[in-house]
Amino acid sequence: MQSFDLGKDGLRALNAALHGLKGQTNMTQWQVINPKGAHAIAAGVDAPVDITVRGSTGYYCAGMNKQATIRIKGSAGPGVAENMMSGTVIIDGDASQYAGATGNGGLLVIKGNASSRCGISMKGIDIVVHGNIGHMSAFMAQSGNIVCLGNAGEALGDSLYEARLFIRGDVKSLGADCIEKEMRPEHLSLLADLLKRGEADDKASPRDFRRYGSARQLYSFNIDNAASY
Amino acid sequence: MCGIVGLFLKDSKLEPVLGAMLTDMLITMTDRGPDSAGIAIYGRPTLGHAKLTVQSADPSRDFDRLGQSLSEVIGSDVTVEIKDTHAVIGLAAAKIDAARSALNSLRPGLKMMSVGDSIEIFKEVGLPRDVAAKFRVAEMAGTHGIGHTRMATESAVTTMGAHPFSTGSDQCLVHNGSLSNHNSVRRDLKRAGMTFETENDTEVAAAFISHKLQSGEKLGDAMAATLTDLDGFFTFVVGTKNGFGVVRDPIACKPAVMAETDEYVAFGSEYRALVNLPGIDTARVWEPEPATVYFWER
Repeated sequence: MQSFDLGKDGLRALNAALHGLKGQTNMTQWQVINPKGAHAIAAGVDAPVDITVRGSTGYYCAGMNKQATIRIKGSAGPGVAENMMSGTVIIDGDASQYAGATGNGGLLVIKGNASSRCGISMKGIDIVVHGNIGHMSAFMAQSGNIVCLGNAGEALGDSLYEARLFIRGDVKSLGADCIEKEMRPEHLSLLADLLKRGEADDKASPRDFRRYGSARQLYSFNIDNAASY
Repeated sequence: MCGIVGLFLKDSKLEPVLGAMLTDMLITMTDRGPDSAGIAIYGRPTLGHAKLTVQSADPSRDFDRLGQSLSEVIGSDVTVEIKDTHAVIGLAAAKIDAARSALNSLRPGLKMMSVGDSIEIFKEVGLPRDVAAKFRVAEMAGTHGIGHTRMATESAVTTMGAHPFSTGSDQCLVHNGSLSNHNSVRRDLKRAGMTFETENDTEVAAAFISHKLQSGEKLGDAMAATLTDLDGFFTFVVGTKNGFGVVRDPIACKPAVMAETDEYVAFGSEYRALVNLPGIDTARVWEPEPATVYFWER
């Protein structure tokens, strides 16, 4: 176990050490202590390692993650796992705005609530939120899945492309071009897998959820819609 | 960007260290706002006693024999505590209006930072660490306080453009964000009799709330009215004699974190500002909801 005291050794030294891990490494277990809300903790990691952050983090923790499993034993500030490519990020507490924004792949698990713009412009990431998600979540989401065991805020899935949104609780309002869709068997099995990987299969069953997706009316500019812009 | 910190003490045992706690929080927010910094501290009021905090660009001229000159004109004792470019004038509450008009003629260069029973405001251009040291904020006691670190967007980097803005007795407001309709709201408020020191958007928000309170509205209603009448991005923290309030615009892109324990309610633009508070590891920590008014009063 590599242990790193952020209060003593500093953020740049931590990220330089993590960026130095290339391909296969023997140093697979890391822990970061005294994070104290610092920004960009373990951003840009590209190695199959397991990193545990013991406390709450500031902006952009685990941003651009590739391969690594990053656990936050606290809450995360804005932009956690932003543009994640692969790997897993698990947050025990809450996540601030735009969690998983533009994520291309991997799995983001938030065991508390996520605030506004969760999964904005996501491009393939899977996001499992045990609590609620805030307003404008999945705005312009292109692909991937959001699973929310709680409620969704205003304008869910506004200007949505092909991402799938599974919400168990209430949806305050749907954004432009986002509609409820039929839950087919393939969605139930996808959801069962996501709940399991998101450590939520003991809390919810796939049948409790509703599916939302794109009505596909805003994909291309249509002159008849000009008045709507 | 800007940084906001705030503390409302529930446990009076912490009152002697309010200034020290706020100073630590303020310095943590330096990289959100290195232009200027300011702090409003509310001390325990003394019945019949009031305070004016004034600022001077030329303290050696303006503060020379200030107390003596003022007390001769208003016919009542005053105390003057000089802290660098600011001075806190203590006087009988009944003499506030007389003192303000006397200062206009005795020391026309002075700027009024705050007026009230318990509020004192100190603000200057410079790094938060230097500003806090200049005014010895860490030595101050009080019941609640608000601090701000500024990265200017809407108006010049000057002492008067720094936050907090005070536009009413014992009232102040700090802001992270920018308002886009401040000119038209300022015009309306001027017509309604409010006066302005700067071209700053935040001063308009402060005056907007003060005007509502002067018209008899409750703090919660005045803060809720910002959601319909002010256009732009904002997280506001508002201080009054009895407490403080928080409101964020409906888009809520300006960050805000709150923490509450049996001892205090704390506000920070980021969690970083709160990490050294006592009991933070077991505090209830949450983000205030968009378009929702919160306030705590004693």
